[in-house]
Amino acid sequence: MRYSLFSLLANAAGGHRRWPRAWMSPAPKPSYDVVIVGGGGHGLATAYWLAKNHGIRNVAVLERGPIGLGNTGRNTTVVRSNYLCDDSAHLYEHALKLWEGLSQELNFNTMFSQRGVVNLAFTRHELAGMERRAGAMRLNGIDCELLTLADLRRWIPNLNLSRDLRYPVLGGIVQPRGGNARHDAVAWGFARGASALGVDVIENCAVTGMRIEHGRITGVETSRGPIAAGRVGVVAAGHSSVVMDMAGVRLPIQSFPLQALVSEPVKPILHTVVMAGHVHVYLSQSDKGELVIGAARDSYLSYAQRGSFHLIEEQLRALIELFPVFSRLRMMRQWAGIVDCAPDASPIVGLTPVHNLYVNCGWGTGGFKATPGSGWVFAHTIANDAPHPLNRNFTLERFTTGALIDEAAAAGVAH
Amino acid sequence: MLLIPCPWCGARPDSEFSAGGEAHLERPDPDHASDGQWGEYLYFRRNVKGVQRERWLHSHGCRRWFNVVRDTVTHEITAAYPMGESMKETGPGA
Amino acid sequence: MTQPFRIDSGGLINRGKPLTFTFNGKRYTGCEGDTLASALLANGVHLTARSFKYHRPRGIVSAGPEEPCALVRVGTGARVRPNVPATMVELHDGLIAASINCWPGVNFDVGAINNAISGVLPAGFYYKTFMWPAAAWMQYERFIRKAAGLGVTPSFPDPDRYDKRNDHCDVLVIGGGPAGIAAALAAGEAGARVLLVEERAQLGGQLLFRNASIAGQPAREWLAQAESALARLAEVRVVCRATATGYYDHNLVTVLERCTDHVADPAAHLPRQRLWKVRAHRVIVAAGAIERPIVFGNNDLPGVMLAGAAQRYAAQYAVRAGQRAVVFTNNDSGYEAALALAATGVEVAALIDPRERPDCAEAVQAQGIAVMSRHAVIAAAGSKRVQRVTIAPVDATGSKLTGPMQHIACDLVCVSGGWDPAVHLYSQSGGKLVFDGEQHCFVPGAAMQPVRAAGAANGAFFVEDAIEQGRAAALNSDTAAPRRALALQPLWAAPGVPQGAKPFVDLQSDVTAADLALAAREGYVAVEHTKRYTTTGMGVDQGKTGNIIAYGLLGGLTGRTIPEVGTTTFRPPYTPVTIGALAGREIGTSFEPWRRTPVSAWHTAAGAEFEPVGLWRRPMYYPKPGEAMDDAVARECLAVRNGVGMLDASTLGKIEIRGPDALTLLNRLYTNAWNSLAIGRCRYGLMLHEDGMVFDDGVTARLGETHYLMSTTSGGADGVLGWIEDWLQCEWRDLKVHVTPVTAHWATVCVTGPHARDVLTGLASDIDFSGTAFPHMSMRQGQIAGAPARVARVSFTGELSYEIHVPARYGLALWEMLLEAGAAHGITPLGTEALHVLRAEKGFIVVGHETDGTVTPIDLGMQRLVSMNKGDFLGKRGLARADNVRKARKQLVGLLTRDAAVMVPEGSQIVAMENAGRIAQPPVPMLGHVTSSYRSPVLGRSIAMALVADGSNRMGGEVAVVTDGRVVTATLTDPCFYDRQGARLNG
Repeated sequence: MRYSLFSLLANAAGGHRRWPRAWMSPAPKPSYDVVIVGGGGHGLATAYWLAKNHGIRNVAVLERGPIGLGNTGRNTTVVRSNYLCDDSAHLYEHALKLWEGLSQELNFNTMFSQRGVVNLAFTRHELAGMERRAGAMRLNGIDCELLTLADLRRWIPNLNLSRDLRYPVLGGIVQPRGGNARHDAVAWGFARGASALGVDVIENCAVTGMRIEHGRITGVETSRGPIAAGRVGVVAAGHSSVVMDMAGVRLPIQSFPLQALVSEPVKPILHTVVMAGHVHVYLSQSDKGELVIGAARDSYLSYAQRGSFHLIEEQLRALIELFPVFSRLRMMRQWAGIVDCAPDASPIVGLTPVHNLYVNCGWGTGGFKATPGSGWVFAHTIANDAPHPLNRNFTLERFTTGALIDEAAAAGVAH
Repeated sequence: MLLIPCPWCGARPDSEFSAGGEAHLERPDPDHASDGQWGEYLYFRRNVKGVQRERWLHSHGCRRWFNVVRDTVTHEITAAYPMGESMKETGPGA
Repeated sequence: MTQPFRIDSGGLINRGKPLTFTFNGKRYTGCEGDTLASALLANGVHLTARSFKYHRPRGIVSAGPEEPCALVRVGTGARVRPNVPATMVELHDGLIAASINCWPGVNFDVGAINNAISGVLPAGFYYKTFMWPAAAWMQYERFIRKAAGLGVTPSFPDPDRYDKRNDHCDVLVIGGGPAGIAAALAAGEAGARVLLVEERAQLGGQLLFRNASIAGQPAREWLAQAESALARLAEVRVVCRATATGYYDHNLVTVLERCTDHVADPAAHLPRQRLWKVRAHRVIVAAGAIERPIVFGNNDLPGVMLAGAAQRYAAQYAVRAGQRAVVFTNNDSGYEAALALAATGVEVAALIDPRERPDCAEAVQAQGIAVMSRHAVIAAAGSKRVQRVTIAPVDATGSKLTGPMQHIACDLVCVSGGWDPAVHLYSQSGGKLVFDGEQHCFVPGAAMQPVRAAGAANGAFFVEDAIEQGRAAALNSDTAAPRRALALQPLWAAPGVPQGAKPFVDLQSDVTAADLALAAREGYVAVEHTKRYTTTGMGVDQGKTGNIIAYGLLGGLTGRTIPEVGTTTFRPPYTPVTIGALAGREIGTSFEPWRRTPVSAWHTAAGAEFEPVGLWRRPMYYPKPGEAMDDAVARECLAVRNGVGMLDASTLGKIEIRGPDALTLLNRLYTNAWNSLAIGRCRYGLMLHEDGMVFDDGVTARLGETHYLMSTTSGGADGVLGWIEDWLQCEWRDLKVHVTPVTAHWATVCVTGPHARDVLTGLASDIDFSGTAFPHMSMRQGQIAGAPARVARVSFTGELSYEIHVPARYGLALWEMLLEAGAAHGITPLGTEALHVLRAEKGFIVVGHETDGTVTPIDLGMQRLVSMNKGDFLGKRGLARADNVRKARKQLVGLLTRDAAVMVPEGSQIVAMENAGRIAQPPVPMLGHVTSSYRSPVLGRSIAMALVADGSNRMGGEVAVVTDGRVVTATLTDPCFYDRQGARLNG
């Protein structure tokens, strides 16, 4: 049933008793053309685009629990494409363009709100870095404006612009087309879309092994029995290393906790996404009214979805420096996800040493914004056994040659 | 917040320490390592889910590096031992 | 006393201390010992709030932190608290509170229109609409955002202070009810250091309002004795108004203590709140239990209240929550509440119980209360207060109506659907939960950390069982199962709810039973999906009363048992924690202390403008009256080129290296060879990470046979020290060498300019400063004015320069002495900006400007500093990787704009000339970017450095620098713009 105001009104009359399941929940078939391991946003998007763009519909998405509850359901929902390196800029910008039509594409409101993403500069060195980033973005065709203090006063009315701060704000940049989206809606929307195109979204089905014969993958072992597959794509953020270990493929990935928190809901007070990398805090306000606050990841390896409390304290210190009016609001909920970090803070999307096995991982702390684009290029990679032009440099080989896509080294902003 | 047992200072909160990642890495012979081997050394870690041996630095304390055996799922720490002690002497753990 | 619903005697309030307060602009009186909620009820105020989505009238549901409805704004101006439960606000004189999320007021609220159109606003309606036209979402969203949110953020910075406290104990007891008190007593008597934290203002828990007896002793008597016994134990501390909010790794528990929120005029020295970070060897969670509602039609009307809350209001606060009550319970605790209400003069019209008649009914009936077994309340009615309930007979399982409905007039409905142990902290600790099939609630299972639960938090709902469990937990002996179980027959929602009477599951988020059914129908059946789709449990109360009902109903809708449905994750904090308290005192001037040099105060007095450099605060320039930055910097630069300047270089990183293997260490750390460095001489070096990328540079002097002094960048000193220690401690354990950071030990002043030597020879010193005795790139040790001194002749400006190091305590004296000695030469203090101009004129790099972690020495044109035949050094193998030997990498160049007056901003992107015309038609390939850019006073033009692809082969060619949509043409040159032969510094 198509979602619209009219169908909503029509169903209201019937007490909403006729809405069908958003996505089907079939038992796994013995064999698929493509099996996607990982039912987060990226995996579901991959399946959707495989069916939509490449006509490959005999596809299963295997998720060990319910879909969309890993990093897809735990992130701070920022969408932007303000990247410095050309390869990153083009990949994330492609994703951003997909976001701009995603609700209509999926007929599911993902609530993509282009309220702008502001990065603040606190040192002259950081200002130069932003000039560099802004210049690169514009020459790559991405919207970006440099902001003076007067501009910042307009964009962020409650920001403390006092010169007496330990790190006074000196300026910033904004990507007006950036913003927030509703994270759960992305997973559910892609699942519903993929399911409608014939993809099997299989929940509570853990992959426990890989079948590899003569260097070629032929299927996976699961908690619900073996499933044969022509091709297998692994998109299992948080557990990329664990899953790829089953295929004997090592990844340059380490898994870390990334924490986030929300305040109690308050009336609209912050109308844009604000990122302050130098003092380690970023925030936005959700449509429910909560301030959604994040910072840097924890420093130690962990699969626990728990982080260290002092990081919460530190990011809230920074928050109070920048927004003294938030001091009396209260932290309502805090949590953590597991982020798979690559050494250069850029993802790995492409082929692996095992034939017909593909990997999509390493999105670190910033994978949510890439969701539709990541699925787009990964579907292309799987369908063609060759990367899409947008992900051709995001290979595993770059860690041999040294041709990193080094957003980590080249940037003063959190990823 | 973890409580890290520094072999010299005793148990202290992890905010006093810096995490150094996987322990007992072998630096390949630079004169004979291929680009691939050097890349492994630079970038590839085992990323253990379970008990791992890792390095910690008591950066806001005695400034000594040491090894810790920690479960990356439960965060339980079962041993800490100084640099230079081999893996065998301190029991299991990847 | 004008409190019509206050009972004349009993309770724990102080009638002798009346307190005046204001709610929604109207003045009322309460008593000392009241909460805002009990005081409002005493005044007959039930309508306190409007609901989140439908703006329905809401009242006070509970008497604790689980309150889903009565959220209010407390205080005014900068001291406002936007969304706090009235049940946890202690009354004080002059307190001002108001309802939130309603306009114009709580009595008449325009937002109630949403209730009328609620048919088109089911769970998740926003996922299905607002998609047309595509561009309009943000217009829709404007209205949605305005409608959402509860209270309003204060308009002013917070005037209050917040403290933090780190604490350690053997046993942390969470909760000061009977179990917690017994645990603290037993542990304390056994000699343990105990910390007992209690959320409310006083110890006692259920003893404060339940008519229990303990070993034959009245509960309050037992409590008084226990409190004095605790007070006698020196190692037992009791903190009230302190909520354990979060349970983290390795037994770290956060506790929020409310120090002054309950005081009308707090003393200025007190913090408002204090965040305790308690590291306990063992934790005992005795946090009690939360009563569970039962869902029926219009169960959200003011006057519908948890039975235990009504009992607490009557017994502890001496308040009648109504005049004529109906009790609706599926368990025996409702009978106790009915008796308590009756004892305080509330007329209990009926007790409705879906079960067969239990034994405890007799005592209730003896009070003249009608007990209606096998009945359920199926709806309430009223506009802003309940006026009657509709009841009907039900079948044995409570799932079907079996007879006609009837109505009972009442103004209070007391509901009890059972009790849920407060397992939140236990679950946060990693402990498992198991479902108690007899009492139908989740109770603590296997622990992951050293923690135990006791009392009601562990399913022991009766006082004597709780005390025994507390004692057992404290003594680490086996916990006995409770001797008495709560007799209960689960009922999540009444059957047969009439049309139009909304049954609410989550009162705060306005989630109804129909919303859950819709979620189940659409496949959102995983409990986390249900929660997110319907927003159940996502309000400020985090679903303390509603979640369990959602699990129960979801189980019924999907044919699963509650354990099969499971729970959503219990995320910290248990109750919301003030952000200011989490930030603590380390804000403002304590956010991150400045590092200061011994000369800092002089700089401030001299009117310097400062900039942050790492943790340091360095003078950027010293403006004279009326001078702009550019003028001051130009004056400082020219003083150095033509006369002499002086710079506070104390921030320069300094590391002493001593030991027989010092030379080996240097050879491994730096790219160049160190064997030939003679004692008393200096050498410049580059440090690489193992990937071959530059990460620090500096000059190292050889002070003795096995003694070196390394200098690092000001911002990189800590990183370099860490890097060296890492290698020495972990890999090169055989090297006999010590490294010692001495940055703060030595104050450093750099004297630079053609007259530098003249200034130094004017000092009383045993050092021979003549050019032959003290050549460039050497270091001498001696005395200056009696102070030990190390002087290095090194130059970052391209002029004759000396870096003078004296022990920090002589730093200011040295600075002032040099000012005096240099006065005749017009010596000029210079800041970091002039230093940067001067070094850029010479083409000297600054790590972090000309490098960014992707730049090799070869890229910087420093091949001659890379010795490929001295053996291994860090980064050597990395340098040889395929991408690092690639041709046409980005290389360091100088950049001269065609128009000498034009200065390009640092960071500007550079494109090829042939692309200059199409920068408005992206994408445009980029060649590199400007790394440094200055106006050079001595050259009378702008200069810049840049990293440009294949730069070394493009020398002499032109490129287009793109800045703010304009193009500036520039020529690539050698990065050294001044005195390329180095004649000036060798003089």
